[in-house]
Amino acid sequence: MITIQLDGQPHELPDACTLAALVDALGHAPHGIATAVDGLFVPLSQRAEIMLREGAAVLLFQPIVGG
Amino acid sequence: MSHTHTDSWRVGEVTLTSRFLLGTAGYPSPQILADAIAASRTEVVTVGLKRTLANGGDNGFVESIRAAVRANGARLLPNTAGCRSAREAVQLAHMARELFDTPWIKLEVVGDEHTLQPDPFELLIAATELVRAGFTVFPYCTDDLVSGRRLLDAGCPLLMPWGAPIGSGQGLLNPFALRTLRERLPDATLIIDAGIGAPSHAARAMELGFDAVLLNSAVAQARAPVPMAHAFRLAIEAGRTAWSAGVMAPQDFAVASTPVGGEPVLLGAAA
Repeated sequence: MITIQLDGQPHELPDACTLAALVDALGHAPHGIATAVDGLFVPLSQRAEIMLREGAAVLLFQPIVGG
Repeated sequence: MSHTHTDSWRVGEVTLTSRFLLGTAGYPSPQILADAIAASRTEVVTVGLKRTLANGGDNGFVESIRAAVRANGARLLPNTAGCRSAREAVQLAHMARELFDTPWIKLEVVGDEHTLQPDPFELLIAATELVRAGFTVFPYCTDDLVSGRRLLDAGCPLLMPWGAPIGSGQGLLNPFALRTLRERLPDATLIIDAGIGAPSHAARAMELGFDAVLLNSAVAQARAPVPMAHAFRLAIEAGRTAWSAGVMAPQDFAVASTPVGGEPVLLGAAA
């Protein structure tokens, strides 16, 4: 198991978990959110290639209202 | 140059006729928001992004926006609200482009927590990078002429100077600076963004020659947002038409408007 920071909170994951797998495990539709790892945007097309490491900071963003 | 209230303007290759850009935050319900979008006849609607940390949906607001935008032939303009650095703003802009499927981005980089004043230095860094990455950057900026010029030089197709701090509803706090901006950048597209509280403020902005107005709270926080959206539409159209027609120059003293020549007629008859 590894522990990442998911939206600033500790979150345990199995070893060898990709960003795409995390998004799926959290129940998000792939097109419904945007992702960043360690402060850098990760496009949807690259999520399956990103293997999450111990301590990785993952942020997920969703659309909202705005001014 | 002749203008009417239906005259058009452009952002890149996109032609727009409405000069009213509307924000979507803080409405009482998705239906009221959808009705306000329709009443405003806006063609540009702003949206945002938030971290999913706070659980729960958005109560249907985003779907309502998407439906209203489709129904009214409008476009989405995502923002980078909440960003304090160029690096953050650039990353968020990329996420917005993916989520909303548009290269348009309202670039916000705040430099002061109290006033939410844009940081001109970080803004320029972010704008430069985003333009190179193919974004159409709508920079939320101050009314400072020189930093505005730098943003245009960096490839921003327009500027969005504040009228007053975000959400303050104070109107145009520095008409001198705004007039100067208009006069010194006669060919730039200028949109007043933030601080508008009443339709008269929006009309004033248009009378000064600004190309459009972006506002949110003044409609969302009205007792009746839908009629207020309608009121702002009329005010913006009136202000634009007035600018095109040429507002008369103010005079220090009275200037008789009735063309009486020589002695007043009645006084002469009584004598």
